This record gives sequence, C-alpha cells and structure tokens, in this order.
Amino acid sequence: MRVLAMDTATSAITVAVHDGQAVLATRSTIDARRHTELLAPLILEVLAAARTTPEEITHVAVGTGPGPFTGLRVGLVTAQTFAHARGIAVHGVCSLDALAAAAARLGHEGDLLVATDARRKEVYWARYRCTAGEFEALDEPTVTRPADLPDEVRALPTVGRGPDLYPDLLPHALAPGGTDLLDVDAGVLAGIAAARIAAGEDMPIEPLYLRRPDAVASAPKPKSSRGPSPRQQQRDLRRAAERGARDGEAPQ
Amino acid sequence: MKDAPLVLGIETSCDETGVGIVHGTELLFDAIASSVDEHARFGGVVPEVASRAHLEAMVPTIERACQEAGVALSDLDGISVTSGPGLAGALMVGVASAKALAVALGKPLYGVNHLASHVAVDIVEHGPLPEPTMAMLVSGGHSSLLLVPDVTHDIRSLGSTIDDAAGEAFDKVARVLGLPFPGGPHIDRAASDGQITIDFPRGLSSRKDMERHRFDFSFSGLKTAVTRWVQSEQAAGRDVPVADVAASFQEAVVDVLTRKAVLACTEYDVAALQVGGGVAANTRLRAMAQQRCDDAGIALRVPRPGLCTDNGAMVASLGAQMMIKGRPASDLSLPADSSLPVTDVQTGLPVHVDHDHAH
Ligand SMILES: [Zn+2]
Repeated sequence: MRVLAMDTATSAITVAVHDGQAVLATRSTIDARRHTELLAPLILEVLAAARTTPEEITHVAVGTGPGPFTGLRVGLVTAQTFAHARGIAVHGVCSLDALAAAAARLGHEGDLLVATDARRKEVYWARYRCTAGEFEALDEPTVTRPADLPDEVRALPTVGRGPDLYPDLLPHALAPGGTDLLDVDAGVLAGIAAARIAAGEDMPIEPLYLRRPDAVASAPKPKSSRGPSPRQQQRDLRRAAERGARDGEAPQ
Repeated sequence: MKDAPLVLGIETSCDETGVGIVHGTELLFDAIASSVDEHARFGGVVPEVASRAHLEAMVPTIERACQEAGVALSDLDGISVTSGPGLAGALMVGVASAKALAVALGKPLYGVNHLASHVAVDIVEHGPLPEPTMAMLVSGGHSSLLLVPDVTHDIRSLGSTIDDAAGEAFDKVARVLGLPFPGGPHIDRAASDGQITIDFPRGLSSRKDMERHRFDFSFSGLKTAVTRWVQSEQAAGRDVPVADVAASFQEAVVDVLTRKAVLACTEYDVAALQVGGGVAANTRLRAMAQQRCDDAGIALRVPRPGLCTDNGAMVASLGAQMMIKGRPASDLSLPADSSLPVTDVQTGLPVHVDHDHAH
C-alpha cells in the first residue's frame, strides 16, 4: 500500500506518503493563502522524498474539512483528480480527526477539544476522547463563535488554532510533550486513512462546509432605495466574494 | 496529423465547468457542466455556488470528455487550464485539478489566459488564425477589442468597455423589459419579432469620444436611455412594445460593436476579424458583422455559438497551439489570477525564457 495523503483545511498545506505501516515522507508549509500555488509542487517534493512515483501510489487520502472553503476545495479537487488520473480510489478523512489523532499519539489521555480557525470570528470544533494512543469522536464537527461554546467545552484541553486566536475564550491550549498541535499533519492523516482503508471503512469525500452558500445571497445592501439590479448585486457579491476568497471564506 | 499534440483543457473561470480535448487543430470533444440554473434565482452568478459546483463537476466532466473523445488520460501530451481572469475561487478549482493531472500523468502544464482562449477556439472551427487577427470578445464579463499578432504570446488590447460589459447591458435591459436572465438570448428572440423604431444612443461614438476612446465601448448610457424610455411609456399609461424596444436596443449595441471592430481592422491593416464570447451568439451581431466585413473586404470568423460561450475546448485549443509553437510549459507553482491582464497570454512562465512576452 502506498497512500498519498493531503490536507488543506487548516493553515498548513500538508502532504505525506504512507506505506500502510509508517510515513515515508511528509512536507508541510504554513500558508493559508496560497494552496493553489503550493500544493502541487509539494506533492512532487514528497513523492521524491519518499522515492515513490505517481504510478506507485495505490490510494489517495484527503482531509474533508471543515475548513475555509477555498483552500479546502483545492485539496479535495487535487486529491480527486490525482486519484482519477491514476485510476485509484480516493478516501476522505475529517480534518479534525487528524488533530485529535496527533494528540492521542503524543500521549494525551481523556477528553479533548479540537478547535480550528473558521474565519469570521468562528471556530470549527468537535470533542474527542483519547485513550491509550487511540481517539474517538464525541461530536459531529460544528461551526460556532467560541464565546457561544458551553463552558464545559471551553474548559477542555484544546488543540488547533482556536486557543491561539481566542486565548481568553479557549484558555487551555494543549501541547502534549511540548508539541504545539495547531494544524493538520498529513502524515497523521495518512495513518488514519491507512488503518481505515485496511478495515474497509466507508470514507466519503464530501467537503464539510458546515455553512450554506446561500449566506452569500444576503450580502451587501446597496444604499439606493430602488433595490439593486441583478448585475449590481452580482458585482457586489463578486467583490465580496473576492474579498472573501482572500480571507479564504465567502462573507455572510 | 500524426505528430499533433493531444491536449486536455480545463475552464472554470465563471459558472461553466468545461473540459475540452483537442488534437492539434481538431476538436475531439467539448464537455460542459453548467451551474447557471443554480444562479438564476440570484439574478447573477454567486461565486461560492459556482465554486462548489465546479468541485462536484470537475472529475465527472474530465471523465466524460475522455470517454466521448475516445482518449485515455495517459494518451495526453499536455494539459492546459484557464488561470485567469475570472472568479478567484472558481479558477482555483480548475487550476488545482489541472496541476493534479500534470503531476499524476507527468505531462506539461500550460496556464493560459481566458480571453486568449476565446480567440484560440476559432482555430478548431476555422483553421489556423491569420497573423495578425483582430478579435472582438463580447460577453457578460468582457467587451474587448484585441490585436492578435500571435495568440500564443502576443495579444494587445486596443480598447475595452469603460463601464458595463455588452452582455451586462443585455441582462439589464432584459430585466427592464420583463425578460428572464440571462438576457442575451431572450432579447435576441424578442427582437426578431420587432422593428427598429427607437433611435437609442451609440456610446463613445461622438467625434470627441472617437479621439479619446476610439476603440473603447460604453453601454451604461444606453442601458439608462432604454430604462428611461420604458419608464416614460409606462408613466404615460401605454403598453411597452417589448419587441421593438429589444430590436432598437440590440441595434444600438451591435452597430457600435461592429463599426468599431471594422474600423480597427482597417486602421491596423488586419484582414481577419474574429468575434467571440457569449454575445457573439446574437443573430443580429453576426448578420451586421458579416455585412460590414464583406463591404470592407475583411474575413469574418465567428465560431459556432457553443464555442463562443465559455468552454474547455478553447483552453485546449490554446494549449495545443502553445505546444505546436514550442512555447515553454508553465511552472507548477502558477497561481490563479482573478485579474490577469489580457496581455499575459500564458502564466507560470520561467522569467528567463520570457524574452518575447509582451507586457
Ligand atoms: Zn469568457
């Protein structure tokens, strides 16, 4: 088995090759803005480091988010197209799982909050339980303002960029063994994927957007009392979306 | 053409997911998935809706193009992709997909300009482009007059719209007349039953404007004139003659477009005019362009309507031209550039190879 794994749901553009037993190579770049530019060259770099050709890849795994939409899609379409071009299957893994798995592997025991940057003053989050190096999800991932999280959730040891962004609201950053767990590591994601593939699990690749695009339609209100023309509206939306694209997220 | 390059082209700059496969100058198949219906209730393209639709349609559209063309991905010689201009989030889906193909198959990638592709598509329809060619691109997103000495690396902008694109004017006027979005085909249909009874203004055609904005266009004033005319009829309690207004409006747009395009050909001594973009499907535009080109001794080239709107074949056609002309491949780090100028025909070029690239 040779798994090519990638994730673009957090601030890292991260790629790894895994042989079913161990990570052969992994590369990450922290850049939440340039997924389109950097992901493909990173894949070539990792393949070279793992002394693996594209033809030798047997499975592709990809983080399905939740994460800022624009970057998330770059990872998903890259994984899907690569797999299609090689005639192999593509498997999805919730990106938050990879952060929980990293904490479990570094020895964290007990409940854990994964909270990542959702932009627009919100976090993507889910609770996990870590036991003896394994992890188990307690929630479906959700998007919320950190202040709206129940106190007992915010009180949990937390990984992801949440504590970094909202230290007052998410005060319990967890750094097992002194390692900050801010972003997904594709090596960890590849390990999860390899185990689930071996177990024959269903691994859908639908993106976890967690926000409806319709939010975009209620965007900027023009000042004119006559109401916007469709094109004005469209131009406003487009501008707002271009702004959003720079933020990695369409506006509400 | 035994040695002609086999190129797959991807286009995702707006709401069409297009994948075309071209063998040299021959179109093998053009697959399109459109999210236009999902946008209709917003009266325009919603970028996030378009981007989501691109992700869903991307691989199935690649698969369908290959199947219908009878081509395996491993047979390809190169991949080309629209890297701009367009909606940023939409472009990124196509660019990332094209890069994944290039990496997985070990084939060269060509990041190309959307507008240049509109010009290059005519090669699969009418054969090699005369060099130079004059190109007029008219759609909901662009209204440009381009001098094209070489579609693979030398395109010069002579003029463009200073306000609305031609297609925008069609959409807006359609709305005023109570016709559905997108307005172009509906105005065209309505106009075919009407008479040219109203003399609407021709933008940027006065003597002064012809000095400062010789090859530029303006449709905002026309749009306003039509709106005022309709409102005054309504205020007077009269029925609006929709077909006549549509015909008169369309005549004003088409008159300015064709007059300036033919003038550009004459002044720059260019013997061929190519018209592309969604508005090129307009029957009156085709007829008037034909008549005026005939009168001026200019060869008119208009691709069939399906190739005038956004599609993957145009991107594949330009990619194939780049391979035929030995242009260097793009670097895999090329970005999606939502505001790519038309003069940047290819993106992701290594700087040192780029000696003859017109900026
Ligand atoms: Zn176009």
